[in-house]
Amino acid sequence: MDWLDVAVRVLAVLVAFLVLPLLVGQLEHKAMAHMQGRVGPMHAGGFHGWAQLVADGVKFAQKEDTIPDGADRLIFRLAPGVALVPYLVVLIAIPLGPDGMVGQAVDAGIFFVLAALGVGVLGSLIAGWASANKYALLGGLRTAAQLMAYELPLLLAAASVAMAAGTLSLPGILDAFEWWWVPWQLVGAFVFFTAGLAELQRPPFDAPIAPEEIIFGAYTEYSGLRFALFLLAEYAGIVVVSALTAVLFLGGWHGPWSDQLGWLWTLLKTGVLCFVVIWARVAWPRLRADQIQKFAWTVLVPLALAQIAFTGVIKVVTG
Amino acid sequence: MSLGSGLAKGLAITLRTMTRRAVTAQYPESQPELPPRSRGVIGLFEENCTVCMLCARECPDWCIYIDSHKETLPATTPGGRDRSRNVLDRFAIDFSLCMYCGICVEVCPFDALFWSPEFEYATTDISELTHEREKLRAWMWTVPEPPPLDPAAEEPKEIAAARKAAEKAAEKAARAAESGAAGPDAGEGSG
Repeated sequence: MDWLDVAVRVLAVLVAFLVLPLLVGQLEHKAMAHMQGRVGPMHAGGFHGWAQLVADGVKFAQKEDTIPDGADRLIFRLAPGVALVPYLVVLIAIPLGPDGMVGQAVDAGIFFVLAALGVGVLGSLIAGWASANKYALLGGLRTAAQLMAYELPLLLAAASVAMAAGTLSLPGILDAFEWWWVPWQLVGAFVFFTAGLAELQRPPFDAPIAPEEIIFGAYTEYSGLRFALFLLAEYAGIVVVSALTAVLFLGGWHGPWSDQLGWLWTLLKTGVLCFVVIWARVAWPRLRADQIQKFAWTVLVPLALAQIAFTGVIKVVTG
Repeated sequence: MSLGSGLAKGLAITLRTMTRRAVTAQYPESQPELPPRSRGVIGLFEENCTVCMLCARECPDWCIYIDSHKETLPATTPGGRDRSRNVLDRFAIDFSLCMYCGICVEVCPFDALFWSPEFEYATTDISELTHEREKLRAWMWTVPEPPPLDPAAEEPKEIAAARKAAEKAAEKAARAAESGAAGPDAGEGSG
């Protein structure tokens, strides 16, 4: 691997990391608005408010960066980075197309990706703890409880795919992919996507943020650029979870003319899943914290275990 | 309704709404169509004002400023009494205080104050929100004519009174013509 190759790959991942979350954010602005009978931003940038998020970024950069008196200053400042960087790291390991079209092919890709995803959620937890604010602490603890509950079904569902493919490498899983894996792993896909949604604290699993009861959860005391980083982390998280679901359960780059258009298939599937994430936010009300816990332990975990059993049976029968 | 069908319904409704045109009116590009009695700004029809001060006294915010002086008119008939009347010097409404309750418009006994639907008079200087009489007069020309009454509505008082008087006069004339036909020397109904 020569240096130019590494530079190109890193640059591509960085560009994707900076552009895709903004596209999802803009999609959320417009899709949510139209689902609610509004038009959303129309003026920024001239054409249908395409530059709204740029304007938002400029606004955030101008704002004062406040730190509460009693806060743990170092941790408080570090938290947005802890929330954001893991998603960049995950993006490196997600394959975009066939034949090594991936930032870095990691052998134990699934382990790597899921571990890094868990670190991202820690950002909210330490932010809540360091803020010296009871609402932030409540939000942080709810985040922690949610992380505990949903990490298990997430891992079990991913394990089912790894069993089916017989490998932990993401490109390896895609190489082994057959079309009938989609119905075979359908329950696993549902569990993975739902649990991913819950880890991101997106509606309907946004009890840790819940503006109506605990201000803004762990992000209550944040302002300016650090708050913007948390928001960016949320949208980067949507991209990462959608991309992972697309790669693990929907066949990633597989599709007609995948030799040339594989990357387009991955982006398309990811985009559709991102839209579903936004759609769920508009259509459904928020679950209570206890309902979120109940849903994880009594629905998703049994479903994930059943999927693993089913995968195992099929695997043994087909030999 | 079970849980699953509720979730599906939510998704269906949001998706259907998304495919339809939004009802949003983009204000600076398209002007709103305001109903005739919109409370935008208050116009002053100076000729009707008698400086009775009712509006200024009833205003809950005390945002109407009126200055006046008395003028004496000489008697019109020889040996008659001189008349005095109020002359308006200043009439101003401070729209930074006004809460658009419309009590001044309601209370004016001589129909000197009117609502106009114009609303684009925001300024960067709060003192410019005190509209003096010239400006209030200019607003007067933006007052729309009153909307027509409902088909089944009672007719307005002044029209009813005028109609009654006209009917009475016509009846009288008819009676006079009748008695005139019966006997011109009866001498009635000529007045």
